Amino acid sequence: MTFSPELEARFDKLLRSYPPGRQRSAMIPMLLYAQDEIGSVTPELVEEVARRIGVSPLQVEEVLTYYSMLRRKPLGRHHVQICTNISCLLTGGEELWEHACRKLGIGHKEATADGHISLEEVECIGACSWAPALQVNYDFYHNVTVEQLDRLLDSLRKAQ
Amino acid sequence: MLYNEPSPLEVKVLTRRFGLPNSASIETYLQTDGYQAFRKALGMKPEEIIEEVKVSNLRGRGGAGFPTGMKWSFVPRTSPKPKYIVVNADESEPGTCKDRLLIENDPHQLIEGVLIAGLAVDAHAGYIYVRGEYRYLIEIMDRAIAEAYERGYLGKNLLGSGFDFDLYTHTGAGAYECGEESALLESLEGKRGVPRIRPPFPAVVGAFQCPTILNNVETFCAVPPIIRDGGAAFAALGVPKAGGTKLTCLSGHINKPGVYELPLGFPVMKMIEEVGGGMRNGKKLKAFIPGGSSCPVLTAQECEGLTMDYDAMAKAKTMLGSGGVVIMDEDTCMVKAALRIMRFYAHESCGWCIPCREGTTWLRKLLQRFHDGMGQRSDIGLIGDLAKNMLGRTFCPLGDAAAMPTISIVEKFAHEFEDHLNGKPCPYEKAERLAIA
Repeated sequence: MTFSPELEARFDKLLRSYPPGRQRSAMIPMLLYAQDEIGSVTPELVEEVARRIGVSPLQVEEVLTYYSMLRRKPLGRHHVQICTNISCLLTGGEELWEHACRKLGIGHKEATADGHISLEEVECIGACSWAPALQVNYDFYHNVTVEQLDRLLDSLRKAQ
Repeated sequence: MLYNEPSPLEVKVLTRRFGLPNSASIETYLQTDGYQAFRKALGMKPEEIIEEVKVSNLRGRGGAGFPTGMKWSFVPRTSPKPKYIVVNADESEPGTCKDRLLIENDPHQLIEGVLIAGLAVDAHAGYIYVRGEYRYLIEIMDRAIAEAYERGYLGKNLLGSGFDFDLYTHTGAGAYECGEESALLESLEGKRGVPRIRPPFPAVVGAFQCPTILNNVETFCAVPPIIRDGGAAFAALGVPKAGGTKLTCLSGHINKPGVYELPLGFPVMKMIEEVGGGMRNGKKLKAFIPGGSSCPVLTAQECEGLTMDYDAMAKAKTMLGSGGVVIMDEDTCMVKAALRIMRFYAHESCGWCIPCREGTTWLRKLLQRFHDGMGQRSDIGLIGDLAKNMLGRTFCPLGDAAAMPTISIVEKFAHEFEDHLNGKPCPYEKAERLAIA
């Protein structure tokens, strides 16, 4: 597989970050950074990462099923992750979640037909004091109101 | 960046650079006593460093509250194996959002704390394990690490001392359980984050089967002030047996939610009223979580006269935990709160230990049924019994973390479960929705 030069540089750095013989440590970061670039963890990616760190593809498979951010199928380009855990629940996180589902006509871990936006109800994202909070890909949005979410979803629909 | 106004009642030790222009840059850090503690530590014997940390009464800030100096003293310094420093930045305990700010606003303080720990146990490499969702922090941390290499605070022969140290960031990929130290080490080694049986503890057999110091971000960030100003000065800020300050994250039904650095021993009601600006919409306090969702929940009455420190919380049969304070007002449905907390633990249970895997799943189903108005009177006792059967019967504390809030809620708020039998489905739902609007 070929990756962008930035990702190759990231892989090189990762493989040099661990003690000799411990390159397996790079597995999870490699999978996540590659997923960011290609959209999901494909069977080819599993093979490629396994080859580069010197383990069997099965050993990569068993690890990848454990981590909730790693996914085998691509989601939307703008992945909207709404927290409804305790602090967000107390401040309106459920209302945000319900509004997003209604507006987009999709549910948990689903994407719009054009593959543009996807939704996920997530566990605590570490923004409790600025709840309710959500993330679009890796970007945080704090103290979100239903109106702000509505405008955000409109702007994501228009964005490339 | 700061996300909330500071409070005048804060005692700013770890957060003193927050809000300075370019607070994350090495220039700002060096202009404000940065790396002075590391210089001082270079002239100290390892035992002296550990002794200073012991004197400070610093206790682990990730949740368990274990004395840090003692933890460091367990590392066999003379072992022929390499030693490692691992930073737990997997902040995932619901209610907790403080380590984020420490890295975002002052990453060099963390680097300096790691370096001093390295000197204390003769380690020459460290890893900062950052939860996957905090990608922006890895970028901030990587920039800070690059600056430190450029200025000779990381790399070979630091400040001409002959001491070498390399530091790396490592991303997680979504798993609450990896905040538990042995699961984190498994994850760092490229495996599923299932916990290890202990002993041996990480101090002896940790990262890559080598002796390892593993602490929370906030714990490492407390080390430079301790070495710079002395352990006694840090200890004096807190209470006996728990020195210094604690970053406290206020969230829920409060007027000024935010992260505040408060001296240990700060009164709970004063924290709610004066730091947090009181209850939102003038409502009454119903329930209080002192340190993240795994802590037993307290009633308003139990908060009277209570202080924010490890021993006071233990006496109140709960925990100071991670400092994630969640405040719930009179309109909150406690069955729903218990359900949401249990949904989280059921989602995060790795399935390794049966009491946790089955217990969290069945409790989630039972609580959901109750909240939907289909509960039976006998379920109230069953919820408590199931939760108690998880306590102490799992490898890692996730099982306990799920059981403790559930037991406290079903015992202290039993009448709310009764109300669900009478006013179906949820008699609180309407009030709760109004409170949010």
